[in-house]
Amino acid sequence: MIIASNVSKKFGKLKALDNVSVTCNKGECIALIGPNGSGKTTLIKSILGMVVCNSGFITFNGKNILHDWQYRAHIGYMPQIGRYPDNMSIGQMLSMMKDIRHHKDAILDEDLVIQFKLNELLDKRMRTLSGGTRQKVSAALAFLFNPDVLILDEPTAGLDPVAAEILKEKIIKEKQKGKLILITSHILSELDDLVTQVIYMQDGVLQFHKSIEDLRKDTGQEKLSKAIASVMIKING
Amino acid sequence: MKKIIKYVIIDILRNKIMVAYTLFLLVISLGVFNLEDNSTKGLLSLLNIILIIVPLVSIMFSAIYVYNSAEFLELLVSQPLKRKTIWLSVFTGLATSLALAFFVGAGIPILLYEPTATGFMMLGTGLLLSVIFVAIAMLAAVKTRDKAKGIGVTILLWLYFSLLFDGLVLFLLFQFSDYPMEKFMVGISALNPIDLSRILILLKMDVSALMGYTGAIFKNFFGTTTGVLLSFSILMMWIVIPSWLSLRKFNRKDL
Repeated sequence: MIIASNVSKKFGKLKALDNVSVTCNKGECIALIGPNGSGKTTLIKSILGMVVCNSGFITFNGKNILHDWQYRAHIGYMPQIGRYPDNMSIGQMLSMMKDIRHHKDAILDEDLVIQFKLNELLDKRMRTLSGGTRQKVSAALAFLFNPDVLILDEPTAGLDPVAAEILKEKIIKEKQKGKLILITSHILSELDDLVTQVIYMQDGVLQFHKSIEDLRKDTGQEKLSKAIASVMIKING
Repeated sequence: MKKIIKYVIIDILRNKIMVAYTLFLLVISLGVFNLEDNSTKGLLSLLNIILIIVPLVSIMFSAIYVYNSAEFLELLVSQPLKRKTIWLSVFTGLATSLALAFFVGAGIPILLYEPTATGFMMLGTGLLLSVIFVAIAMLAAVKTRDKAKGIGVTILLWLYFSLLFDGLVLFLLFQFSDYPMEKFMVGISALNPIDLSRILILLKMDVSALMGYTGAIFKNFFGTTTGVLLSFSILMMWIVIPSWLSLRKFNRKDL
């Protein structure tokens, strides 16, 4: 579904992505793992076309994403830090996004709006929201249009345990519908029962892309956090 | 495209600075027209205020708005929208709101007190200047990533267009005072939209006689319909070229 071939991106001298090639297929739930500054967010942003890569190319459903914009209708993106126009209220924000993205025949998925009780906060201005509530809005927006691909950048950072659990259940539900889900997170324990594949990146280089069973087998660890820790030790000598 | 323009305009019109700017222009223009017994004199006083205030507010407000909506732009770019649509919508939204503020604040008093050719010229150039400085501000904002630096650049640009440029022109005139510079000056004035607007309005006021031989040359050129049309197309170029450059940059920008 998403194929990145030899993607490189430089920010000045810093190589954020170095010859990264990945293939992501329908029905997979992929965890993007790596230390801070390893290029996870840059990879996500280049898939979304927010960062234009220096070399290599990315295709979505077989079409090169360069100069294309319609493919983003199939993606729901939850940014790491969701910041929105200060003067807008949650209600206006939701209706604006519906206005921009919604097609008549598509069904809206308002599960998260209801479960996060955003309906009670519709008049609140974005400026007055706490970080957690913003995250809830970001999550609700990512799932709202029933996209085929969900890209979640640190989805549970800043969410309270109840909200994080709701979001996790929602991700599992969407995964069972056969959607492609890409997650980055530093809280590995919460990825355990979500992901089917792991991509590990370091210093902009893709170290490996394995299914979780293979990873468990290779490292002999049942828990993802321990498996990754042992891999990190191996890679860093 | 219409949808995003709508949201940008709603967002800007809710901004208190915008309301303050409109009221400020309204108070100044009404005050000036009521203080002078002759409304043409009022127009002349208003001219200088407008040529300073309008570019300053347009360029500063637009630059700060673009920087403050960086996250909003990021959000829109991740949606199924063309970057061109997003950028042009922000431009149209900013230009419309600033032109609207100018029209309400200064345009309506001008139309009430001085509905003459000079008044209309002032209204037209004021509206164009508002849009021109939105375009320049957006170019500056897309070129510089750092907010403080970007706003500094816009202040310098404003300073250049409203003060430094005139100083440079005077300097050139003195240095080359032995040569016939009059025709050259007509060309030079195209390099600064504020000067061009000032000349257009002053010539409509028939005070060019005070400007000596250069004034006569200016009158000869800018006084004709061709001259006026040409000047307006130059002002349009001041909108088109910066917006085109900034659009090109925004299309390739990493967010």
